[in-house]
Amino acid sequence: MLLAPVIWALTVAIVYLFVAKTWWFPPPINQHGVAYDAQFMRTLVVVGVIFFLAQVALGYVIMKFRDDGRRATYSHGNNRLETLWTSATALLFLGLVLMGTKIWAGVHFDEAPPDAIPIEVTAKQFAWNFRYTGPDGKFGHTDLKFINDAGGNPVGLDENDPVGKDDIVSASLKIPVNRPIKLILHSRDVIHNFFVRELRMKQDIVPGMEIPLHFVANQIGIYEVPCSELCGLGHFQMRTTMQVMSQADFDEWMKQQEAQK
Amino acid sequence: MSSPAHVAHHAPQGFIRRYIFSLDHKVIGIQYYFLGLFSVFIGVSLSLLMRYHMVNPNVSVHWFEKLWPTAATGGVMTPELYLSLMTMHGTIMVFFVLTTVPQSGFGNYFLPIQIGAEDMAFPVLNMMSFWTTFLALVVMVSAFFVQGGAPLSGWTAYPPLSAAGRLTGPGEGMGQTLWIVSIAIFCGASLMGAINFIATTLDLRCKGMTLMKMPLTCWTWLVTAILGLFGFAVLLAAGVLLILDRVAGTSFFLPAGLYINDQIIANHKGGSPLLWQHLFWFFGHPEVYIAILPGMGVTSQLLSTFSRKPIFGYKAMVYAILSIGFLGFLVWGHHMFMSGMNPYSAMAFSILTMCIGVPSAIKTFNWLGTLWGGKIHFTTAMLFALGFVSLFVTGGLSGIFLGQPALDLYFHDTYFVVGHFHMIMGVAAIFGMFAGTFYWFPKMYGRMMNETLGRIHFYLTFIGVYAIFTPMHFLGIVGNPRRYADFTNVQFLGAVIPVHQFMTYAAYATASAQLIFVVNLFWSLKKGPRAEINPWHSTTLEWTVPSPPPFDNFAGVHPVVYHGPYEYSVPGAERDFIMQTDPPAVHAQA
Repeated sequence: MLLAPVIWALTVAIVYLFVAKTWWFPPPINQHGVAYDAQFMRTLVVVGVIFFLAQVALGYVIMKFRDDGRRATYSHGNNRLETLWTSATALLFLGLVLMGTKIWAGVHFDEAPPDAIPIEVTAKQFAWNFRYTGPDGKFGHTDLKFINDAGGNPVGLDENDPVGKDDIVSASLKIPVNRPIKLILHSRDVIHNFFVRELRMKQDIVPGMEIPLHFVANQIGIYEVPCSELCGLGHFQMRTTMQVMSQADFDEWMKQQEAQK
Repeated sequence: MSSPAHVAHHAPQGFIRRYIFSLDHKVIGIQYYFLGLFSVFIGVSLSLLMRYHMVNPNVSVHWFEKLWPTAATGGVMTPELYLSLMTMHGTIMVFFVLTTVPQSGFGNYFLPIQIGAEDMAFPVLNMMSFWTTFLALVVMVSAFFVQGGAPLSGWTAYPPLSAAGRLTGPGEGMGQTLWIVSIAIFCGASLMGAINFIATTLDLRCKGMTLMKMPLTCWTWLVTAILGLFGFAVLLAAGVLLILDRVAGTSFFLPAGLYINDQIIANHKGGSPLLWQHLFWFFGHPEVYIAILPGMGVTSQLLSTFSRKPIFGYKAMVYAILSIGFLGFLVWGHHMFMSGMNPYSAMAFSILTMCIGVPSAIKTFNWLGTLWGGKIHFTTAMLFALGFVSLFVTGGLSGIFLGQPALDLYFHDTYFVVGHFHMIMGVAAIFGMFAGTFYWFPKMYGRMMNETLGRIHFYLTFIGVYAIFTPMHFLGIVGNPRRYADFTNVQFLGAVIPVHQFMTYAAYATASAQLIFVVNLFWSLKKGPRAEINPWHSTTLEWTVPSPPPFDNFAGVHPVVYHGPYEYSVPGAERDFIMQTDPPAVHAQA
């Protein structure tokens, strides 16, 4: 019987923590993130109400139907109730999923716009490299045999390919604000995962596959990119940043990189 | 059978045939239970070491160095050691605790008795199944002691990390090979067990025990066995392929173009890392239900018994169990929303995932319906069954977030997932085991457990698990990735270090509270007061035989069943329960 107040207290504490939002998402920096947060809140309200009602009801029956000398009622159930709560749950759960389809579609079914800046991401144990095409808009040829981490060629650029001469490789991701970006995700060893909290996006990076991911970031700032798929002993250290810059700052950064080559 | 009804079979007299290589399902059930108890001790110890390291990543501990001279030089745990503890924690808990105790432990002991059989259908297979599981455990634990230590690829062992050998990290050499060999052996053991459970349930039911008169525990053991039959068969195949990739140079899971640890991997091409994930989760999702279904069965049985009411909607419960079993094979893709698989298939998996939420909800409603209008006796067993319902609701509902690919875009691989599966597959299932222990202990050992210690243990554990696993959901909302040995590298995690500290203290306290259970268990084995045949006034067949039951369960008598399994508080009946074997006349008086 003590169990009823214990369940109620835990329920109130949990609901409070979700309302207080002491530990919460960072603000989103893209439209997808805004839609994501709306879908999360919709789900939270539905799930929260069910959680609260179910736990309170559990506490209530524990309190109310404790053994006080009565005889228990004899009942094998009620088919109408079964049908009612089965269809109600089915509708609610499926409705939530269908409401979220647009968000998923925006990330995965829609192609990146043609003017998106292509950036090739190469993940390895336990670092990131981001390759830009340079002024020619084309990626140069690469090969595993040219990889030389210590010599400054982590993606294996072919020095004999003129197209690759202007390619820029950076250990952190720099992008201009309000421009569509298309990442092409590569791994050269094991599975990694590209995750930016503020973009509300995450994608595994699988060796042998080339996975695209596109977005538009609308807030200037520096955002952390922690690897989010177990990749070995240095997984917890595999971290880089995504810096969203003004177009002018981005162009300036590009110029500097070209000059340093 | 042509033999007369009253031929009692006697146990073999030798110690080894009686207690070690026993063919008696009851002894085998107890063997599985204690194998699980040993495993859970290791599993929990590993989690405490992990929780310590997460909040004290750079503190030197003298005895760490004693235990692991190379992996904890100077007493500071290396990240690879942390990951190997994590891998072994997950593996040991999932396979050797959650899979063995509810099904192979309690199921082995009580399935035959509850359906009125003398033993399992294949006693020799049953014995082999246990000893094969034991061998798998020995091989698994031995991975700690080989060069490089235990593997660090997690209980999911995703290739290429798990397939490319020593190059991908310490523990990925011999340790990972032993891990896969152990899992393959375990699959073999589980297949033997599954066949035995299915054959026993279908063929050995006593007269009158129709399928729809079986206790819900038997239904969950049957469906769990079917899940195991299909699931472990696929995992076994996947494991063999992974071993071949590692030792025979095949390329099932390894693609071309790998460059690992400054080496070009030239001898592999054409494999797919995603293939492993599909095969693994085709087993791995049903595995969740393998862990939780028997707990649902025990909870149903106990809620009915201790509220002195028939189960609400028995048929709906059976259909819910069957549809969970069926749909359980169609939702594996929800573990792979971020894997790079075709994003259109994510939609299908997500809708199917929401569908499987429906029978789970039905079960919850029916449990509340069972309690409604009841006359609830708060025994320790009942408290754990009620705790199961609360945890099942909490752990199930967080799945509504994760089952949506759109929301998984953020939550995948965060602590939100860790919180979700620990609530439902971990602690809810473990509450089912505690409930089963307190309920069946008198039958198994002929003695009662101590109720006061039981209650203290229950409340500390119930509050404790909420304190450990609720904060994980908030860590997930902050974006805390799982499987990190140390959080100090990521700036945004600075804010959640106190949350991690709180969880670590909660884990220490909750783990300590388990000593109360251990003391209660062993003390009651020796000193508990003698149990009657039917101390809880239950209705099912195990409560018609002495505590503990004789070797052949029914001492040569063939029981005949006349009543459904949950006939409590029948109007007009003399007592507030009608045993399944009571003559029909008892009912007719009504």
